[in-house]
Amino acid sequence: MDMNRRQFFKVCAGGLGASSLAVMGFSPTEVLAQVRSFKLDRTTETRSTCPYCSVSCGVIMYTRGDNAKNNKPAIIHIEGDPDHPVNRGTLCPKGAGLLDMVHSPNRLKHPEVREPGASEWKQISWDEAFTRIAKHMKADRDKNLVLKNDKGVTVNRWNTTAALISSAASNETGFVSVKALRGMGMVAFDTQARI
Amino acid sequence: MTNHWVDIKNTDLVLIMGGNAAEAHPCGFKWVTEAMQHRKAKLVVVDPRFTRSAAIADYYAPVRVGSDIAFLGGVINYLLSNDKINHEYVKAHTNAPFLINADFKFDNGLFGGYSSEKRSYNKATWSYQMGTDGFAKVDETMQDPNCVFQLMKKHYSRYTPEMVSKVTGTPKEKFLKVAEMIGSTASKDRVMTIMYALGWTQHSVGSQNIRTMAMIQLLLGNMGRAGGGVNALRGHANVQGITDMCLYSEVLPGYMGAPTDADETREGYLKAKTLMPLRPNQMSYWQNFPKFHTSLMKAFYGAAATKENDFAYDWLPKKDTAYDALAIFERMFQGKVNGFICQGFNPLAAIPNKRKMGMAFEKLKFLVIIDPLKTETAEFWKNFGEFNQVDSAKVQTEVFRLPSSCFAEETASFTNSSRLLQWHHAAASPPGEAKVDMEIVAGLFTKLRDLYKKEGGTLPEPIVNLSWPYFNPAKPTPEEVLREYSGKALVDLMAPPDPKNPKEPPKVLVPAGQQLAGFGQLRDDGSTSCGNWLYCGAWSPAGNLTARRDLSDPSGLGIYPNWGYSWPANRRILYNRASSDAAGKPWDASRNVSSWNGKAWSGPDIPDMRPNAAPEENVGAFIMNPEGVARLFAPAMAEGPFPEHYEPFESPLAANPMNSNKLANCNPAARVYKGDMEAFGTAKDFPYAATTYRLTEHHHFWTKNSRSNAVVQPSQFVEIGEELAKEKGIAHGGRIKVKSHRGEITAVAVVTKRIKALDCGGTKVHTVGIPIHWGFIGVAKNGYLSNTLTPYVGDANSQTPEFKAFLVNIEKA
Repeated sequence: MDMNRRQFFKVCAGGLGASSLAVMGFSPTEVLAQVRSFKLDRTTETRSTCPYCSVSCGVIMYTRGDNAKNNKPAIIHIEGDPDHPVNRGTLCPKGAGLLDMVHSPNRLKHPEVREPGASEWKQISWDEAFTRIAKHMKADRDKNLVLKNDKGVTVNRWNTTAALISSAASNETGFVSVKALRGMGMVAFDTQARI
Repeated sequence: MTNHWVDIKNTDLVLIMGGNAAEAHPCGFKWVTEAMQHRKAKLVVVDPRFTRSAAIADYYAPVRVGSDIAFLGGVINYLLSNDKINHEYVKAHTNAPFLINADFKFDNGLFGGYSSEKRSYNKATWSYQMGTDGFAKVDETMQDPNCVFQLMKKHYSRYTPEMVSKVTGTPKEKFLKVAEMIGSTASKDRVMTIMYALGWTQHSVGSQNIRTMAMIQLLLGNMGRAGGGVNALRGHANVQGITDMCLYSEVLPGYMGAPTDADETREGYLKAKTLMPLRPNQMSYWQNFPKFHTSLMKAFYGAAATKENDFAYDWLPKKDTAYDALAIFERMFQGKVNGFICQGFNPLAAIPNKRKMGMAFEKLKFLVIIDPLKTETAEFWKNFGEFNQVDSAKVQTEVFRLPSSCFAEETASFTNSSRLLQWHHAAASPPGEAKVDMEIVAGLFTKLRDLYKKEGGTLPEPIVNLSWPYFNPAKPTPEEVLREYSGKALVDLMAPPDPKNPKEPPKVLVPAGQQLAGFGQLRDDGSTSCGNWLYCGAWSPAGNLTARRDLSDPSGLGIYPNWGYSWPANRRILYNRASSDAAGKPWDASRNVSSWNGKAWSGPDIPDMRPNAAPEENVGAFIMNPEGVARLFAPAMAEGPFPEHYEPFESPLAANPMNSNKLANCNPAARVYKGDMEAFGTAKDFPYAATTYRLTEHHHFWTKNSRSNAVVQPSQFVEIGEELAKEKGIAHGGRIKVKSHRGEITAVAVVTKRIKALDCGGTKVHTVGIPIHWGFIGVAKNGYLSNTLTPYVGDANSQTPEFKAFLVNIEKA
């Protein structure tokens, strides 16, 4: 099959490399040593915000995988969003390395428990985790919630369980968390904002 | 930030002090370079190190760690002595003319009313003189010796250039040059901005560091102006949002003071918090506290919060003592904390005195970690040799580690440093069985609630009746929650009767169930629900405003009014009424933000003012303050209404050069726990000033899990100046041991020209620089947690730990 250089690149950009052409019976007159689809071809763009510092640069995440059954999208590339008015497409070294954080070998994947005195983790189910933790919390709250202080004033305070909520958590997580913490009567909680 | 990132391009002078924007906020820093390129703005950097911000500055001056108030106090003295002040602005927008109690005094480092046993002040004399009309008294001429202006002048007259140099080690002529450059922005056609970060907050005098600069910006007339402001460069994905949601003990969402044991009734509580104007015609916007609080309680408790039960006031826990991070871990160390939920935080790495922290965790019965990544805290019980010496068999803590999502796997909003809410979308699912954070919180809460429903127990009511209005209780969606905290009408909200047509049936302003347009619609009678009044309107009747991506910027000032949603009420520049003079005319028409058009305040930004407040009414620009004006004199501060220099708790100097008072060497109002005072080192054993800081390539203890970041900065290092290195025989690239009174670390030595010894009134002070990013878990080279070295003391107001000024000794390792 005869095609000029421009036509050849058009075909390649459409996702069919020279090897595919050959398989289909066409044999281009130009042979390139390396033909590769553009990496971001057929990816989905999703816009997000870098999670590191508070410039909150716009980022674009590229995923491949069309959400068909058993085809979970995987993020294959992250770069700055040129439309974002603050960062205008740039990312610093932290943001530029985001893909390696998302895919870090140290990502946690399963609920685990370390039993008292043990030297290793043990994998457990979410239900076991939620149940055991809730039982611990209830036992502590039932025993230690202070209903009234020494002056007889209603205080309903539980200060023997503490919490640190992440400053990397979203506003939505933050609101649900503060509602739940206050609802349980907790006062001993803080966040990175302090330090 | 009172202003915002892109606004920095509008400035004439940038001061970077207490921060290092080029290295820590590189993408935001481009707006400094834009200002320098296009407006010929100047950049001044004041820092203990010649940072990369300093490298492109027009002028750099060194300063000793922990001596910023001395430097800035000297600037205030310079401005007042050389009349580099915007007088009209100071008179209209600050409490400079206010008269103070004649018994107010300051002597030899202490203000009147100090108790050394309590380490606190009785502030009775730090008060305004009140008139019979119930308002604070003022002297418009500002000549009365008891007026704030004269008291401030007197206080800072002690901060002479000679004294500044003695305390800070900054050569006198460098200090004067910086003061002169700052003073040049007093004229109405020039503005400056300050970009600061943890170099100011992480000190036992942190809050006053920032206050001093705010006073300077007020004297210069730079607040509320395009290119002006006080810009805190925050440092976490959503630290601003989580701060606004008030995930800490002193406040409820929207910065409402949380009830304490002293607030025995809701009536008393509301009265104390409903701040009435201290001057005529002022908005004193906290007057609306009951509307915000009732709407919050309706969001927390829904139909279970009624007028009859005081809107469930008793179900809110009351605070009896301090519960900030240092207080919590002190309690934990004393065995008073049984359980600890730790979400997306690594306190073994991030809190001072790592040794104390490890011992505190060992006393817990149960620890719950929620994180996308492995952390040192989760494995505090595991032996990592020299990096974490522990016998696992002796640690009885039950530790749960729950895998969560990261930002890329969640649809939600973050609020950036400039109060801008931006919506972001999930691109993928969390790995393995990991769950989105909200599902983990919801899963835990609903399980606990089910146990209370089934078994009863102590006071189940606040848990069982907590509003949990989600379609799937175990999986609240971010859209549901944004609408929940943005707020809605619970019943038809009726407009007030029309005075021109009193017989007309009242109109429905907001129908029942509709989202509210803004906090101006909140009511105190239980008819509105709103989880965070500051965020009211983020999901308005028009939809999710945080998801807007309109790039139009009609004014050219970089306001982008329809990109995302900025609190409050989509204002981008706070206090913007002050961008115009007393008559409502812009100080600088080329950078007009908000001005009076004869009928209303208008301009490129939403006015931070009642829209129809005519200039003659003299409604002040600082609408949250009862005074209506900004405070040069601030009695709410713990250690004094005027910032005063105090030495860090570990100081290289024998004494505070500014006074001869043993009680006033360090912050007399800062809280120090027994045991921590004993853990402070002295200059005799630890002669070198030390500070911790961050690198461009890493984010705290997080990115050591990211391969590309680990590749560019793989290995722990400590920076020392050439002179100190020579003295100690430490070679560039050799190993160095750094010791404080709390522990020691070993690292690679980087010998640099960019840290030079300072002469502080005859005492030579060397500084040791300690980047923080390593630990014993990650894909970088393992290192010591740098907080092995740091002291356990915080700011007297905020309890932010003093990470940035302490003492170490070093030797070749």
